Amino acid sequence: MLAYLIRRLFAAAVMLVVIVVVVFCIFFLVPRWAGVDIASSFVGKQADPAAVAAVREKLGLGDPIHVQVWEFFRGVFAGRTYAAGGEVTHCAAPCFGYSFRSEQAVWPVLTDRLPVTLGLALGAAVLWVVVGVAAGVLSALKRGSLWDRGAMVVALAGVSLPIYFTGLLSLAVFAFGLDWLDAQYVPLEQSFTGWLGGMILPWVTLAFLYAAMYARITRATMLEVLGEDYIRTARAKGLREHTVVGKHAMRSTMTPLLTMLGMDLGALIGGAILTESTFNLPGLGRAVLDATRNQDLPVVLGVTLITSLAVLLANLAVDVLYAVIDPRVRLA
Amino acid sequence: MKAPSPEPPVEAAPDVPAETEVSSSDGAADGTSVRGRSLGRIAWERLKSDRLALTGGIVVLLLVVVALLAPVLTGIVGQDPETHHEDLINPLFGTPTGSLGGISGDHLLGVEPVNGRDIFARILYGARISLLVGFLSAVVAVVLGTVLGILAGFFGGWVDTVISRVMDGLLAFPQLLFIIALVSVMPNDMLGLTGSSVRVFVMILVIGFFGWPYIGRVVRGQALSLRTREYVEAARSLGAGRRHILFKELLPNLVAPIIVYTTMMIPTNILTEAALSFLGVGVKPPTASWGQMLSRAIDYYDSDPMYMVVPGTAIFVTVLAFNLLGDGVRDALDPKGSR
Repeated sequence: MLAYLIRRLFAAAVMLVVIVVVVFCIFFLVPRWAGVDIASSFVGKQADPAAVAAVREKLGLGDPIHVQVWEFFRGVFAGRTYAAGGEVTHCAAPCFGYSFRSEQAVWPVLTDRLPVTLGLALGAAVLWVVVGVAAGVLSALKRGSLWDRGAMVVALAGVSLPIYFTGLLSLAVFAFGLDWLDAQYVPLEQSFTGWLGGMILPWVTLAFLYAAMYARITRATMLEVLGEDYIRTARAKGLREHTVVGKHAMRSTMTPLLTMLGMDLGALIGGAILTESTFNLPGLGRAVLDATRNQDLPVVLGVTLITSLAVLLANLAVDVLYAVIDPRVRLA
Repeated sequence: MKAPSPEPPVEAAPDVPAETEVSSSDGAADGTSVRGRSLGRIAWERLKSDRLALTGGIVVLLLVVVALLAPVLTGIVGQDPETHHEDLINPLFGTPTGSLGGISGDHLLGVEPVNGRDIFARILYGARISLLVGFLSAVVAVVLGTVLGILAGFFGGWVDTVISRVMDGLLAFPQLLFIIALVSVMPNDMLGLTGSSVRVFVMILVIGFFGWPYIGRVVRGQALSLRTREYVEAARSLGAGRRHILFKELLPNLVAPIIVYTTMMIPTNILTEAALSFLGVGVKPPTASWGQMLSRAIDYYDSDPMYMVVPGTAIFVTVLAFNLLGDGVRDALDPKGSR
């Protein structure tokens, strides 16, 4: 078990390095290959070469790419000292550098915005797992019933609706039309009820899509599992129906769902970008969207690293949970 | 041991080589000749009896026709997607005068806020972008995924290791983030293309590139199990070369899962395109796109709700139609299906 964990953590570390290198490549090699000079895009359209060179030096864009990647990692673990144009600034570890645009340190931006996205993601995840799995199991048990059909129609609609459309619809109906909620984000520290009120629509909107997917998968898996021999055996030996379903069938149904959950929690940054744009939430998704538009590499790197770390940890947790749920899986 | 990989929602594995499936239920018993039905035929017959899938298919066909004929259709109603009609806009609020977002005989779905462009025309032209990007990026993903998946499954060894690691890596990437980053660093003109056509081209490549592991993983798994089947062994023992085994023995048996995954990938890609345009990294204005209309509609969700309902419904109907068709195709091609 310990050896397994160490190996997985090592693989995760390699993956993080690969991701950082890829982000660097996207921002440096793609423009170069396409004949665009990044430094000049920070100065303006008719910049004189001296200004462009100054920007290039200040942002460290002149160094070869492997030096930049190395400096970035050293900054994260050991801090980094910037000396450009006579000024010396020290940035303590974990140093994610300074934004190209606002010149603020990136790390505080990340720690500021992470709670918003984390709150959005976790709240929505709880909602969609509970609702999606419950709806799927009920549909499977009452296959062909009115409930089953209704739930599956709603689920099919759910996977076909873009988040930002459901988001806008819910804003128009619940925040504007019925005036039930105030569609304004309030930080948790300020007021719990205000935060809750502001987060309900984003949670429901984001969870709707995933709940629909989970309901469909749960139903299909459950139906398949219920046809297995061991379920018949369990029934034959006189177990009560809810033990058969709740204990025997659920265990097998959970395995693919767990894998999905690990992957979805990771991919959630995509959903977060869209949800945060629709509801104007100041989270990581917004930060990274603005940063990519401005080619603000340090911010993009920071957010990517944090979210990728979350993906990898979520997947690791899922694989460990596997061993708990499915005794056939041995981690070694 | 590695944890079991997630069971893909579809497992369309035609175990028997195509064209040898014999229907034993009809004909054989009463002495008439046994009629062989190809897999394609069986699938088509199943699909025909699936009303939902058929409806989805018809809607998809209609959408394709509408997108192709967009200039003709908008010409018939006498509108085009880029003419401004400021006279239809309330100068105080920037919203259309008249009820329901300015719907009238001239403007079937109303006009946009501020500039008063005809929404009907923009929806039709937007369909072209959605379908173009949706289809072509699926083609990119299918070609890449099939080729690399077969290579990995057939050759095994280090080829398999490398391709599988790359697929795992790509699947673990925060995709939308990377797509946004990639699209936003692309130059405004390249390869002789300018403006929106660059964005469309880039989106097709990038969405396709991030989509291939989904197909690649399935194809690899299938190829891995198919290559040890008796009929492949038989072909090999008869002296068939690699090329023959790859193209004549393996590929025909991979067609079904590939078709299923393609139909399911198109709606996802359409949603991604709409999301990119919504986030402002998709096609550039004034080119019409559904996602972009929705992103403008954010500012008017209270004063002009029709503006968001129309493109939102367009996306919904399109994606729903593809999903219905996809579900139907999956059921029809599933050899375990019992209909």
